[in-house]
Amino acid sequence: METSATASAVVDIRELHTRYGMAVVHKNVSLTVQPGEVFALVGGSGCGKSTLLRAVIMLLRPVSGSIRVFGREVIGLNDEQALPLRRRWGVMFERGALFSSLTVAENVAMVLREHTRLSAGLIDEVVALKIALTGLPADAGSKYPSELSGGMRKRAALARALALDPELLFLDEPTAGLDPLSASGIDELVRNLRDTLGLTIMLVTHDLDLLWRAADRVAVLDGGHILGVGSMAELSQMEHPAIREYFYGPRGRAAREQAWKKK
Amino acid sequence: MPADHIAQLLIEADASAISVPVRCTGAWTVRGIAALERQLAQMDWPAASDLVFDGSAISALDTAGAWLLHRTLHALQQRGKNVQVNGLRPEFDTLLQLVASRSAHAEPVLPARVGLLENIGRRAWRNLWSLSDMLAFVGESATVLLRSLMQPSRIRWRAILYNLQTAGFEAMPIIGLLTFLMGVVIAYQGADQLQRFGANIFIVELVGLSMVRELAPLLTAIIIAGRSGSAYAAQIGTMKITEEIDALRTIGVGSQELLVLPKLLALVIALPLLTVFADVTGIFGGMIMASSKLDVSFNTFINRLDEAVSLSSFLVGIVKAPVFAAIIALVGCFQGFQVSGSADSVGRQTTVSVVQSIFLVILADALFSIVFNWFEL
Repeated sequence: METSATASAVVDIRELHTRYGMAVVHKNVSLTVQPGEVFALVGGSGCGKSTLLRAVIMLLRPVSGSIRVFGREVIGLNDEQALPLRRRWGVMFERGALFSSLTVAENVAMVLREHTRLSAGLIDEVVALKIALTGLPADAGSKYPSELSGGMRKRAALARALALDPELLFLDEPTAGLDPLSASGIDELVRNLRDTLGLTIMLVTHDLDLLWRAADRVAVLDGGHILGVGSMAELSQMEHPAIREYFYGPRGRAAREQAWKKK
Repeated sequence: MPADHIAQLLIEADASAISVPVRCTGAWTVRGIAALERQLAQMDWPAASDLVFDGSAISALDTAGAWLLHRTLHALQQRGKNVQVNGLRPEFDTLLQLVASRSAHAEPVLPARVGLLENIGRRAWRNLWSLSDMLAFVGESATVLLRSLMQPSRIRWRAILYNLQTAGFEAMPIIGLLTFLMGVVIAYQGADQLQRFGANIFIVELVGLSMVRELAPLLTAIIIAGRSGSAYAAQIGTMKITEEIDALRTIGVGSQELLVLPKLLALVIALPLLTVFADVTGIFGGMIMASSKLDVSFNTFINRLDEAVSLSSFLVGIVKAPVFAAIIALVGCFQGFQVSGSADSVGRQTTVSVVQSIFLVILADALFSIVFNWFEL
């Protein structure tokens, strides 16, 4: 947290080109994520939001361009060089990606066991705290991922992403597939985490409610380009047809009205 | 690690004072608290009733650090001391509050321990159920098979052909190679003994009969169990985890009809054919060995083979193959359906499928021997 307080951006993407097989996914994408903000990537299905996220967390190697995280170039790093960076961020995958043969508590504890020298007793307590922080009931810790509902699985995945108290959190579709109540629980959780732990959060989502409630800045991706970046209020004023379609479609309007009512 | 990155706790002033200041410094983070935690475990707290924690020198605090602080404060309060925390940065204070507010829910829940006796009982119960499930599965497969045979239009020929190719045709190189080598080995082992009695020509009986009656069907079945039986279990198991099996059911397509039947039928067709192929390559291996070590020429060998291996011997070998095929396909598919929940389970059931099908194949082979013995074949 203390290092992210420096003036430079936490994530700095410049002129990024990526390809998935033969298909070009991103052409000349540049954007920055500032410390302490909740930054969202939005766009239609298949526009490369998740691919961009995968490039930043070093699961996909871009064709050209530069990605700096905490001021360090991540493209071309080997696993050993990447480790110090990877310990500073947490990733929550779209479908949770919890280790299915471990209980929820073991899933979270595994990260702590691998990367810290804390005693087993303290690890158990910290794990229980993380599970409680994400709003799961205490007995969820001893369950296996297959015994959890979709919403609980998301929360468990979040607990694992938070295990090392990362400075930067990547969330891929944190609310996809959740009922509205669980989803708004996640909205609140995201905001809470940012406020209390001072996290920087970069997330990919389709969820307009989440965007209105939690995102500080939003980048709209379409056809491999960034159409616009700004707060939701700014974006909703933009004239670009694709953006207007996104925000003024029936669901977009409803979410916007909801957001205004809240304010 | 520089001192600034390590959490520290310093007790100041003399221990006899009523109110003792405790200074917290450094980074109270998940990476910085390891040493402090060990130190705290055997800390001698002063006898004073009031402890005043000064948090102004804490440079960083995360949830793990906040938890350690909270836990320490809580333990001291339990021992009847008055504790106070001063000088925390506001954001750290919020975090400490948050952790404290969640601590009520944050008791680690330990899984219940299972005793030895209970474990044995559970295992026995599970195995018993698994046996009855297996029987139910075989029965269900049989009814689905009968229904399909009565309505041949429902049989998925394309899937059968695909399985014939992957489980049958594509297995030919490995089966050919292994049985060829087996023929070579048998002839090589037998050559010495036969030469001693001058009974060189009996190499034909040795290789021909052992190959045709026992080794070719058994070896082929074992290779297929390892190659295709495991693949069936893994494929169906993964589909079970990704809920594809459930999806099939909701669409109204029987998973048995789509997944099991084509595999079963394809293997029942393929395994006898592969066994014939294995007969040929195995005997060819023995033939090469016979001509190089025992001076039995190819011509003599083949002429003799006609008398040595009767049609019934050949059929005894071939008849077993469809039974082995049914065992392999049914066990592989059944174990696939037994997968539940985790990736671990896919691995476990795949292993079980191979072990069980090889065991059952050998068992069936022994039963066949007894039965053939009765009929004096």
